[in-house]
Amino acid sequence: MDNLKEKLRQGNKKATARMITMLENNDPKAIEILGDLYRYTGKAKVVGITGPPGAGKSTLTDKLVKILRKEEKTVGIIAVDPTSPFSGGSILGDRIRMNDLAVDPGVFIRSMGTRGHLGGLSKATQGAVKALDLYGMDYIFIETVGVGQSEVDIMKTADTVLMVMVPGLGDDIQAIKAGIMEIGDVFAINKADREGAAKTHREIDNMLDFAETDWRPPVHQVVATQNKGIEELLSAIKDHLAYLNESGEMLNRRIKSSEIEILELIKDRMMQDLLREDEIQRDIKEFSKNVAERRLNPYEASEKVLRKTIKKEAEKYENY
Amino acid sequence: MDKPIRVLVAKPGLDGHDRGAKVIARALRDAGMEVVYTGLRQTPDQIVQTAIQEDVDVLAMSILSGAHNHLLPTIVEKLKKEGVYDEVLVLAGGVIPDDDIQGLKDAGIEAVFTPGTPTGVTVEFIKKNLKK
Repeated sequence: MDNLKEKLRQGNKKATARMITMLENNDPKAIEILGDLYRYTGKAKVVGITGPPGAGKSTLTDKLVKILRKEEKTVGIIAVDPTSPFSGGSILGDRIRMNDLAVDPGVFIRSMGTRGHLGGLSKATQGAVKALDLYGMDYIFIETVGVGQSEVDIMKTADTVLMVMVPGLGDDIQAIKAGIMEIGDVFAINKADREGAAKTHREIDNMLDFAETDWRPPVHQVVATQNKGIEELLSAIKDHLAYLNESGEMLNRRIKSSEIEILELIKDRMMQDLLREDEIQRDIKEFSKNVAERRLNPYEASEKVLRKTIKKEAEKYENY
Repeated sequence: MDKPIRVLVAKPGLDGHDRGAKVIARALRDAGMEVVYTGLRQTPDQIVQTAIQEDVDVLAMSILSGAHNHLLPTIVEKLKKEGVYDEVLVLAGGVIPDDDIQGLKDAGIEAVFTPGTPTGVTVEFIKKNLKK
């Protein structure tokens, strides 16, 4: 284990890949190592790329990363695709759009399945970001699954969120403005050579005019497959990162996401402990019957489970 | 579901037919595996680097161009050089003449699945022969 830790510190590629696998598999050893090395993380600039399915997130990532590589920046890419809720399997196909980057020693691409986690990322994504940070990447790009209205996990994991839209969504923008549209720091309208790009641009602008923040998200029209507008888009992303640093907002964001991360770790741990307790499992099954037959209400049932869980947890930790 | 098997399905070489690769990718997904699919015309280096970064348990390559006797051993050699061959189960499928199969096995390809093999056979083989 110390060996793995040592190799991670040295920026070893195989160790980094293995670390991410262990995090995905909930290996407690991975958590321990990452805990020890946490103080060395936080150096990379983390850019999230999100948007509806088929908007061109992978292609755009490929083009943006290629410019950064010309500037001799190293880049980690985490590409998340959905896991089937039925088989637990998945097809991770984002690399198809990034094939040239596979052999670039300054790039590390990792595909991840959501593995049942909602919100557009997988549970291990935040850990994978830290692993790639330790690997020494200057930038880390996280590509979410194709999102709809509520997959907003990316905002608590990335410093800058790039929202990729396409022309022709039309009034859909109205429908989603209260959801994912609020988390974009920079907007790209990809496939802007298609009809309706100007209209989409206007609609996004209109919506953004309502935002009450110091940073007004810029909107850029691009055509990723033709490499059009990519330089300007990358400048906008860098401007936002610079704004975060200069305004002190970077620290605020990271404090906020740390808070969420701590809360989620507690929640996960409690759920795991809860599901491991046979007695509590039996209670839940028993209560469910009573609730279904209206002899008990679900609010009272959950209260009872919660009380017993807390008591059991307390006993456990007293013995530490 | 806790530890899904990770598989890289790759198409080395220049033939442009990936129907078979897609069928197998889908069958493996339905068997609960995480399948990294990289598309057509992969070089040996692309395949090997992807296998390392993705930390896969299995590398399954589909090849229909006839270049298998050259490409597949090259890939195994590169995996060995990178020190990952001991951890990755390497398989091949596609149009591969019977006479060539033993030679490929000697070169380090653990199994060769020719056209007509039921996908279930491949799934079972993978589950029984993982190296790590």
